[in-house]
Amino acid sequence: MFILREIVMVAMGSIRANALRSGLTTLGIVIGTAAVITMVALGEGAQRRVQEQIENMGTNILTVRPGQGMFRGVASGSRRLEEDDALALRDQIGGVYQIAPEIESRLQVTYSRSNSSNSVVGTWPSFFDLHSHELAYGRHFDEGEVQGRRRVAVLGSNVPDDLETPGGLLVGRTIQIRGIPFEVIGVLKEKGGAMWMQPDDQIFIPLSTAMYRVMGGRDRLRSIYVAAPSPDELDPAWAEIDRVIRREHRILPTEEADFSIQQSSDILETFNETTQTFTLLLAGIAGVSLLVGGIGIMNIMLVSVTERTREIGVRKALGATRKTILFQFLIEALVLCVLGGILGVAGGFGSAELITNLFGTQTAVAPEAVAVALGFSAAIGLFFGIWPARRASVLDPIDALRYE
Amino acid sequence: MRNGKSGRDMHGSGTGVNGVVIHTEGLRKYYILGAETVRAVRGVDMEVARGEFVAIMGPSGSGKSTFMNLIGCLDTPTAGDYWLNGRKVSELSDDQLARVRNRDIGFVFQTFNLLPRASSLHNVELPLIYAGLPSKERRRRAEEKLELVGLGDRMDHKPPELSGGQRQRVAIARALVNDPALLLADEPTGNLDSVTSREIVDILIELNRIGQTIILVTHEADIAAAASRQIHLSDGLVERDFMNEGMKN
Ligand SMILES: Nc1ncnc2c1ncn2[C@@H]1O[C@H](COP(=O)(O)OP(=O)(O)OP(=O)(O)O)[C@@H](O)[C@H]1O
Ligand SMILES: [Mg+2]
Repeated sequence: MFILREIVMVAMGSIRANALRSGLTTLGIVIGTAAVITMVALGEGAQRRVQEQIENMGTNILTVRPGQGMFRGVASGSRRLEEDDALALRDQIGGVYQIAPEIESRLQVTYSRSNSSNSVVGTWPSFFDLHSHELAYGRHFDEGEVQGRRRVAVLGSNVPDDLETPGGLLVGRTIQIRGIPFEVIGVLKEKGGAMWMQPDDQIFIPLSTAMYRVMGGRDRLRSIYVAAPSPDELDPAWAEIDRVIRREHRILPTEEADFSIQQSSDILETFNETTQTFTLLLAGIAGVSLLVGGIGIMNIMLVSVTERTREIGVRKALGATRKTILFQFLIEALVLCVLGGILGVAGGFGSAELITNLFGTQTAVAPEAVAVALGFSAAIGLFFGIWPARRASVLDPIDALRYE
Repeated sequence: MRNGKSGRDMHGSGTGVNGVVIHTEGLRKYYILGAETVRAVRGVDMEVARGEFVAIMGPSGSGKSTFMNLIGCLDTPTAGDYWLNGRKVSELSDDQLARVRNRDIGFVFQTFNLLPRASSLHNVELPLIYAGLPSKERRRRAEEKLELVGLGDRMDHKPPELSGGQRQRVAIARALVNDPALLLADEPTGNLDSVTSREIVDILIELNRIGQTIILVTHEADIAAAASRQIHLSDGLVERDFMNEGMKN
């Protein structure tokens, strides 16, 4: 309609005529929207980071851990996970899946005059392939070295730094783990970590060596990794592992297991739940400032209606209907809010970028967040604009004309 | 009450029975101010035919403006009936009244009531905007009326850049732009000096000569003398109602 164009032009004209006032009022919406976008961007960024970490760690890997049955005491009778369990898995399902047990301890490591404390992992050669650990220098250890309980070590990419010696020079040298000499046979490429594991800081030695020579006969595994050929095959893998270990542990399918099988997406889920709650909380607080901005809009619209009472009277005298006047003021409020929303989204992008640059925290502005923020600011415009607009629309033409 | 009159509201727009533009019966407007009731208009029966030029006179507070606002559909009567062009407007809804104001009535105010930030042209276009006309047509008609009142060279000026007489001419162009059945002017020269007043009155006389029905409120006898008919109000009632001699031809 031709009227609609006039209505929008009048609204824009009024905003322009009171540019400073409109700008200051809109600032509330701008800040509110920017705050919401930034908060959501932080949360989204954190989630993406975990997602990336999980993808880096491998989405096709299941982790079997001991205990963790809901009603089991920590000590009493709870069966451990032992090398036998890993061997049983390898015997029975090793044809399809890769299996790697893991025993871990934080130990003193020395080389020359350097001295550091590192996580030392005893495992099988399959571990490197399973976790895609590539070599920077040297080689992985092999099955024979596991059988022979050889004192050989493969270092994570950060370990040479800990020992203050370039990785290339360490291969072939002897380091001391808990005072026991080990030959360094390989250094891994950088893998990147996740908050729950940092393979780059670890030292890998044969499982048998770890159990019988370093950790004093300890046979309790921390976990067994099982890699499926693809992420789609995690469910059958899960069932197979469950079956094998139950048999090993003599637990009926109806009984509660004394081990747990986790997949990386479980970690993601747990993490997402926490971040989402946190993001919602922050976005909620930011949303309150958006609401306050809306009240500012309402205030300025009421002032505007009062100031322009005579104008309203003139327009009504010339044939403007209630609806026309209502729309005129509603659109003015809407334009203010949507304008503020757009600027706020831009500001949100900016501050998210700034946070990433300043603190290195990953942020990501989700398109949904932009849509929601814009929709929300428009809704605020409607909600807080409707009352002033109604007041304007129901003015009696003659009263409005007589208004001084 | 109803005999002989009931047929009037059956006519649509256009002029009513026998070219009657305005017909009122017992039109009243009371203002209730606390315990006191101000009887501004106390029962006016009046008929104005098409093509008439009526001057309404009377002392201050006699109800002239109140009556004009009722006639102009800006205000609603406390009691009584009002037919405009044979259509009973005293019982129309708000939106219908807005339409009547838009299509059938042109109002010229003492204080001009122009939009200060809009150009002359835009001010004159306003009624056409609310009538829903496309912009080309609006512009053409608005320019035509501005030429008619002698402001062809002031179209892009805003009211603050115009003299009082020029502003009132913009207001007249705006009142005329929808070709209303009725042009109402409440003391249009009240804020103008005598020379400028005369110019405005001359425009009104000219408009009436080409057929425009006009009702004009004035305090000045010489302006009233320019009209074809004079109605004197006193205390909310019609005191005298007569044709000006020598004016009708
Ligand atoms: N909104 C109102 N509320 C209360 N009383 C009013 C209102 N408008 C007008 N009146 C009263 O109604 C009476 C008539 O007023 P009106 O404005 O019609 O007079 P008028 O003839 O136009 O006077 P003037 O020549 O001074 O313009 C006056 O007594 C006035 O005080
Ligand atoms: Mg008056």
